[in-house]
Amino acid sequence: MDLFEYQARDLFEKHGVPVLAGAVATTPEEAESAAASMGGKVVVKAQVKVGGRGKAGGVKVAADAADAKVKAAAILGMDIKGHIVGKVMIAQAAAIEAEYYLAILLDRSNRTFLVMASVAGGMDIEHVAKETPEKLAKVPVNSIDGISKNMAEKIIRQAQFPEEIVAKVADVLVLLWKVFTSEDATLVEVNPLVKTADGRIVALDGKVTLDDNADFRHPDHAALEDHSATDPLEAAAKEKNLNYVKLDGSVGIIGNGAGLVMSTLDVVAYAGEKFGGVKPANFLDIGGGASAEVMADGLSIILGDKDVKSVFVNVFGGITSCDAVANGIVKALEILGDKATKPIVVRLDGNNVIEGRRILNEAAHPLIQQLETMDGAAARAAELAAK
Amino acid sequence: MSIFIDKSSRVIVQGMTGSEGTKHTRRMLASGTNIVGGVTPGKGGQVVEIEGRKLPVFNTVAEAIVATSATVSVVFVPPKFAKAAVMDAIDAALPLVVVITEGIPVHDTAAFFAYSQSKGTTRIIGPNCPGLITPGESNVGIIPADVTGSGPIGLVSKSGTLTYQMAFELRDIGFSTAVGIGGDPVIGTTHIDCLRAFQDDPKTEAIVMIGEIGGDAEERAAAFIREYVTKPVVGYVAGFTAPEGKTMGHAGAIVSGSSGTAQAKKDALEEAGVKVGQTPSESARIMRSILRG
Repeated sequence: MDLFEYQARDLFEKHGVPVLAGAVATTPEEAESAAASMGGKVVVKAQVKVGGRGKAGGVKVAADAADAKVKAAAILGMDIKGHIVGKVMIAQAAAIEAEYYLAILLDRSNRTFLVMASVAGGMDIEHVAKETPEKLAKVPVNSIDGISKNMAEKIIRQAQFPEEIVAKVADVLVLLWKVFTSEDATLVEVNPLVKTADGRIVALDGKVTLDDNADFRHPDHAALEDHSATDPLEAAAKEKNLNYVKLDGSVGIIGNGAGLVMSTLDVVAYAGEKFGGVKPANFLDIGGGASAEVMADGLSIILGDKDVKSVFVNVFGGITSCDAVANGIVKALEILGDKATKPIVVRLDGNNVIEGRRILNEAAHPLIQQLETMDGAAARAAELAAK
Repeated sequence: MSIFIDKSSRVIVQGMTGSEGTKHTRRMLASGTNIVGGVTPGKGGQVVEIEGRKLPVFNTVAEAIVATSATVSVVFVPPKFAKAAVMDAIDAALPLVVVITEGIPVHDTAAFFAYSQSKGTTRIIGPNCPGLITPGESNVGIIPADVTGSGPIGLVSKSGTLTYQMAFELRDIGFSTAVGIGGDPVIGTTHIDCLRAFQDDPKTEAIVMIGEIGGDAEERAAAFIREYVTKPVVGYVAGFTAPEGKTMGHAGAIVSGSSGTAQAKKDALEEAGVKVGQTPSESARIMRSILRG
């Protein structure tokens, strides 16, 4: 889960990382009163989970509380690269002397963690890495050893920070490591980390990504979830514990196993090229050992998608038994009754396939068509969606 | 010959007394795996009867090794306790640990992977993987044994069901070993580890490699193939239609920016001389024509 800037700020504050005063507002009035309580000049910042908001006009300085209300009114509701701004953060303005970059992230390629530090802050770090790689220090960190004060100072010196602030920045790095590990983050990025005119080191903007797999030891993370942007079908699927992603095509897809479902989307898109560019409508993985109930839940969600013109159920029974899948399809159609109006192409193979196919043949439901191969079934589903 | 496991493998099940552990112990025994016991902390001394086999339960992997000469463990314990279970196996210097558990926090995986590297005595496969099978000899994990047979193809895949699909399509030719390495961001055994092992295995004549979006493991594998692998490699990559920024089921399957796309992976593999099929069935056909002419 990616956090909003204000959530990252709060998380930093919780762990002692130096931040400026900040508050979130969803209306111009809230923005005004937040600015009034801070006093003086503030910055109004659009809260969107996408880069480039500054260039898009999503960050504005306000002279006082009344001005903050005006600026917030202009930013709220703005469309930044397809993200509608629903919240702004009101942050205390600061006199900035220098901008730096500091991040800790999961390095998949090397299966370890990585600290990145640079004195070229405030810019796109990928640009820095490409144009002036000597200005970016990248240091692997072993999860057993962690980051000691000593090691932090070494990293900061390697990144060529001015000697008089090395100790202070190293302190921040140690605190960020605490955020990274104790919150189960896969990314903690501060850009920019600034030196203020009065000599303080402060995290001015932050990005944090949390590991959903670790939710069981962080009950407080549930409150950080942003429901406003969630597709209603995705929300319904999540409630049923289904792994569903809405896409923009017209062939509803259900399968078992993430790899096979991803592959099914591709095969449908290839087959769809022959039928005027028919595409998959969703990703839905019913997982291993799926029961009839799970199949029924999945099918109900897909048939509830008004964009879906045909459905392709693609199951290779490993743990999942094909008879359970077949029973699930039959049961789902019973529950849905007249609401089910779209053709369902089914391809079953693997564990207990003969019984699975027999159940579907016996049910002889007018909406169900069985095909033996994945490629053949994908072509049929695409053809039906194109009608 | 085969890689990682064969008929001499002596397997213990960590989490055998749990429902998933018991279910899959039964399936593994039915497919001929030599299961010699289980480990559940606090339940040491019990004996569990599964498929007519009386299996001793131990508190620790070290105790299990002393009593059973186990060489492999397969982990079915829930995410919360998985790190402790794997650490236990590493402490006992067990040569191979296969972690089936899905949903382990990546900080936990990074910790036990770093620990295994520092000890240098344990290979980890997974987590979040279907395990591996040397058909007719040993089956460690949840791969259905009856979908395929023994033969000259080596298979490595991030995905479980695509492993089954491919193993099924090429069942008449058969496999030396099929390894599901898992779809998490951090995994103990990579495509490269398996490619090296298959290249060095005299029984393996050709290799199928299945990848998916996310990370750069396939690109690195392509570079490795160019340098080291002389046997024919057929590839398949899933996730061409995946949009940016959406996780497709596996925690590691996400396209971010221009990195991790299926097209980039396919291109890298093809540049290394790998024939990449557009669908799993096409990849199977390519492999068939390589081995059968």
